[in-house]
Amino acid sequence: MEGPVIELAGIKKSFGPVDVLKGIDLKAYAGRVLALVGDNGAGKSTLIKGLSGVQPFDEGVVKFAGEEVNIHTPRGASALGIEVVYQDLALCENLDIVQNMFLGHEEMLTGTLHEAEMELLATKALQSLSVRTVKSVRQKVSSLSGGQRQTVAIARSVLREAKLVILDEPTAALGVAQTEQVLNLVRRLADNGVAVIIISHNLSDVFKVCDDIAVLYLGRLVAQVKTSETNSTEVISYITGAKTQEGEGK
Amino acid sequence: MSNEVVSLASGNEGTLKDQFSAYVSRLRSGEMGSLPAVVATVVLALIFEIASPFFFTKLNFTNLFVQASELTMLSAALVFVILLAEIDLSAGVTAGVAMAVWIVLVKFLAINWILALIAAFAVGLLIGWVIGLMVAKIGVPSFVVTLAFFLGFQGMQLVLLGEGGVYRVEVPEVLAIMNNNMPDWAGWVLVVASAVTMFLLSTWDRGRRSRKGLVNKPISILYIKIAAVLVLGGAAVAIMNQNRSQGVIPISGVPIVVPITVIILFIGSFVLERTKFGRHLYAVGGNPEAARRAGIKVAKIRIYAFMICAFLAVVSGIFHSSRIGNVDGSAGHTIVLSGVAAAVVGGVSLFGGRGKLSHAAIGAIVITMIDNGLGLLQMPAGISFLITGSVLLLAATIDALARNRGGVINRN
Repeated sequence: MEGPVIELAGIKKSFGPVDVLKGIDLKAYAGRVLALVGDNGAGKSTLIKGLSGVQPFDEGVVKFAGEEVNIHTPRGASALGIEVVYQDLALCENLDIVQNMFLGHEEMLTGTLHEAEMELLATKALQSLSVRTVKSVRQKVSSLSGGQRQTVAIARSVLREAKLVILDEPTAALGVAQTEQVLNLVRRLADNGVAVIIISHNLSDVFKVCDDIAVLYLGRLVAQVKTSETNSTEVISYITGAKTQEGEGK
Repeated sequence: MSNEVVSLASGNEGTLKDQFSAYVSRLRSGEMGSLPAVVATVVLALIFEIASPFFFTKLNFTNLFVQASELTMLSAALVFVILLAEIDLSAGVTAGVAMAVWIVLVKFLAINWILALIAAFAVGLLIGWVIGLMVAKIGVPSFVVTLAFFLGFQGMQLVLLGEGGVYRVEVPEVLAIMNNNMPDWAGWVLVVASAVTMFLLSTWDRGRRSRKGLVNKPISILYIKIAAVLVLGGAAVAIMNQNRSQGVIPISGVPIVVPITVIILFIGSFVLERTKFGRHLYAVGGNPEAARRAGIKVAKIRIYAFMICAFLAVVSGIFHSSRIGNVDGSAGHTIVLSGVAAAVVGGVSLFGGRGKLSHAAIGAIVITMIDNGLGLLQMPAGISFLITGSVLLLAATIDALARNRGGVINRN
């Protein structure tokens, strides 16, 4: 296996007197989907905010593709190739799919928007994920379903040629069929050679699509296991703190 | 079948008929744009034509354009802030203050009128910048900021011009805007130039798309649009080029304000639809948080929008002074509400993110027609206000319903 796309070592973050992350070591690999699970308050969001540059970490080493990096701003994260798909998706309903996918990164030609180029690239990005569910790439986002919106948000990260895509609860608001679609999309994203980290509360989704599972418990990484070598009972006991990887009871 | 075949539509596929049915289904889903206002224009024209023998005279037809241009410009100004779901209640008095500065410079300081005009625009931009800063950086709601400016600037106008001060505009170039006409040939040039510009822009777009291997809309749509411009524009010019004088000296030609308005609307639309700034303006209007996360400098966009609004408001102020021939301390107090009404009636959404400059023009024509037509029917002014109010209420209701139907509020 190649080296990890992202490697965290000894990551710490505190808010005043509260230590939220107490030394996290984590690796994510290209072509693999890593689930980040844990109960509320375990530090999942804080970890993601650090990786996306929204709230930089206090201590610890972040290596991206083997190089040590400092991520201080969302722009910096984006420049490295880290894209975050937020739970609320951050799409403009009054704009169409192409316009949303290129928002803030518009292709220009002689000082004006190069709509043709953007439409072509957006179409290619959607095709690379085998998206068939959208009727037209020039549809307004307001006319799309929740799953289709998730698709647009994920395809946007393909467009930016992200090396690491972090998805925050991608299926939380979706029905059964749409969840299935989005999970397939996530799988294809990884198959295209992207490292994917999913935050999820839904263990059945996690087991369906993820290759590895990392469990956070009160700011510590208590387990990082291969999905094939564990089961949901074990993962739940990690999440609740009933068990740690060393097998000690708590 | 190879993998490449999985192709996504762009909405441009199909024949003219397919495009038409796609348009109808967009209408049904609530994206009506300016269609209700266009229908209203036609209906109102028919009603007034039947009710009044004066409505469709050459003189009144031309007057309608002149009257509407002033409101169009103010309404177009407001579109830039309404697209952000903001409002500028002070646009009218901003224009009033800028024109007061202008007349003071010209009359009392004997400054060249063009330099004074540049100063007036600078005053407008400064006001827009301050409003923008208050809204974007400090976070005071634009309604309150501009209400305060609206009240304060009424005072500023009086301070600059003195209580009851009215000053005649004696600059022929400024008076000419609303009162003089172009030679007959220039009207035709305007129509042909509009059609050619439309053709060239569209061909440019189509070329870009074809080079990328993308589907274009049937070219017949372009020809239909160009034919419409030529026929409607041509008819209007033909009417305006006839002698409409009721006295001895013949009057004919397209009023000078018309090409000025058309060019400004064209530039504004170009900025909104084809530049990065325009795209970002729509994005901030649709979802400021999404725009921020996409790396757009939201505050900067807001400030620019208020500056553009103030700038175009000053243009409408020049039109106003040109039409009435003077600058007085009470100019611009009431027109701003008609400006908002025109934008909304034309199909610009008060919720932000939806609307075009052309909508402002169509809305302004509707509002002007109501005012003009009822005046010709010798209706009391009260009736005119009542009807304009009802039309606005209707337009705002359509906007809100369309928003629901579009799924913004009530998804599922």
